[in-house]
Amino acid sequence: MTVKAMKPHEVTKKVFNKEELFIIDVRNEADFQDWKIEGVNFEYLNVPYFDLLDGVERIMDQIPANKEIIVVCAKEGSSIMIAEMLLEEGLEVSYLEGGMKAWSEHLEPVKLGELKNGGELYQFVRIGKGCLSYMAVSEGEAALIDATRMTDVYLKFAESIGAKIIHVFDTHLHADHISGGRIIAEETGAAYWLSPKDAEEVTFEYNRLEDGNEVKIGSTAINIHALYSPGHTIGSTSFVIDEKYLLTGDILFIDSIGRPDLAGLAGDWVGDLRESLYQRYKELSSELMVLPAHFMIIDELNDDGSVAEKLGVLFEKNHGLNIDDETEFRKMVTENLPPQPNAYQEIRETNMGKFAPDEEKQREMEIGPNRCAVR
Amino acid sequence: MEKMKVNQTLDAKGLACPMPIVKTKKAMKDLESGHVLEIQATDKGSKADIKAWSESTGHQYLGTIEEGGVLNHFIRKSSHDETTSETKYPYTISNEDLMKTLEDNEQVVVLDVRETAEYAFNHIPGAISIPLGELEDHFDQLNKASKTFVICRTGTRSDLASQKLASNGFTNVFNVLPGMSGWFGKTVNFNQ
Repeated sequence: MTVKAMKPHEVTKKVFNKEELFIIDVRNEADFQDWKIEGVNFEYLNVPYFDLLDGVERIMDQIPANKEIIVVCAKEGSSIMIAEMLLEEGLEVSYLEGGMKAWSEHLEPVKLGELKNGGELYQFVRIGKGCLSYMAVSEGEAALIDATRMTDVYLKFAESIGAKIIHVFDTHLHADHISGGRIIAEETGAAYWLSPKDAEEVTFEYNRLEDGNEVKIGSTAINIHALYSPGHTIGSTSFVIDEKYLLTGDILFIDSIGRPDLAGLAGDWVGDLRESLYQRYKELSSELMVLPAHFMIIDELNDDGSVAEKLGVLFEKNHGLNIDDETEFRKMVTENLPPQPNAYQEIRETNMGKFAPDEEKQREMEIGPNRCAVR
Repeated sequence: MEKMKVNQTLDAKGLACPMPIVKTKKAMKDLESGHVLEIQATDKGSKADIKAWSESTGHQYLGTIEEGGVLNHFIRKSSHDETTSETKYPYTISNEDLMKTLEDNEQVVVLDVRETAEYAFNHIPGAISIPLGELEDHFDQLNKASKTFVICRTGTRSDLASQKLASNGFTNVFNVLPGMSGWFGKTVNFNQ
């Protein structure tokens, strides 16, 4: 018997279905504390692989007998070694194929719903890092929003549903992950849109994304309307798709709001953030389905794995939308902010085209959670 | 930077996790207490893991130097008597008092008798580096009458060094206790 590989897709399904899983994470404690596989019914045992080189006997009594078990490490090598040692002790276990590296890169497409005249909207859930990207499809044409650097996934997906990507958007210049938007646009010949206010330092050509811009996909015209909503960055732009969905980027999340400090100007942008959330969004229909660019905690996932909620519900329940006092709001979004995302300055420069790290370096820069929100 | 002296070098370049640690563990087992192992690795994750492994096994992680895509990790094998044995040399000075003496800009010599790799990553500005094992060959670098403060990590090696100096005609020698492990004053490393 050999140890079985469990693919990130299979673990993702367990997250979505709220299944039980016992995770033996053999990375060092600091890495585990910083970032791990999250699931509502997952249990954990963190023991670094290097403390188990002489044998796994000492952890045997900490592993439940009646649960599915997976061993996880950074890149899979150590988890295979530990899984084999556990197998020798008579325990049937799997290991996470590709380790946390693959977990960070896995994208799970979830269909959100229908658009007019047979159109469809998909959300790509980057489960390990909490990034969300979107593909709207109508009559063989597709628009892509906030694509990650795993460009192949979108290209293959579009091909599988017989769609051609013609528009690519970024809601803002990202600081937590490397955008795949520009590369996809180059490869497909699609138009790449970015707010000029976020693009002052970029080194490449792009279409100027301005408030009120509209693009259409398919001959029956799925409407994508740009709504200028600064605050997380000065150029942050939301999209209203088919008058049904509101893509909020990093301005508004399900259970939190965007932080204004990642481009170094928290104090200056607080006012913009407040205006976007408390005025611009307030004027929109409360029936719009909010689709953010991130989730922070696993509780924000719906039962089907999607991350979406009506704007009206968020105005009731999201703490960040319910702070009447402006001073208190300013305090919340500028003080006691969570740590900044890993390598966020390098990531911003990569997204500006100023810095072209190799794939290994890109992975390393993106490791860990996204940390774009303030609660 | 002067080349750090290490007792053994382990080539773990091109090896993926867990192999750098597996090989390190094996090499450390055969290494003599107090000796320094250099591990050359290309796996980026090795840095955090070697540090964490050293801490969990009680070895002394000295630091990592990255050079042209290779991570050079330095670990010193701990010896148990270092933290437990009592010092014998009678003239000692506390870290705090040494700090004050240095702040007052007194003309003194700080002699660091740890291994060169330990010294490289963290030492008192202006300290002279002569590892305990090489001290006898380097008496000529020191002035027998100068006020000399001998320091190591925990006070044990500096105790032996102080005794050696005293029995070789040095008249103004003090052992610094507890030593670098408890030093909160200014330090520099090989970059500075």
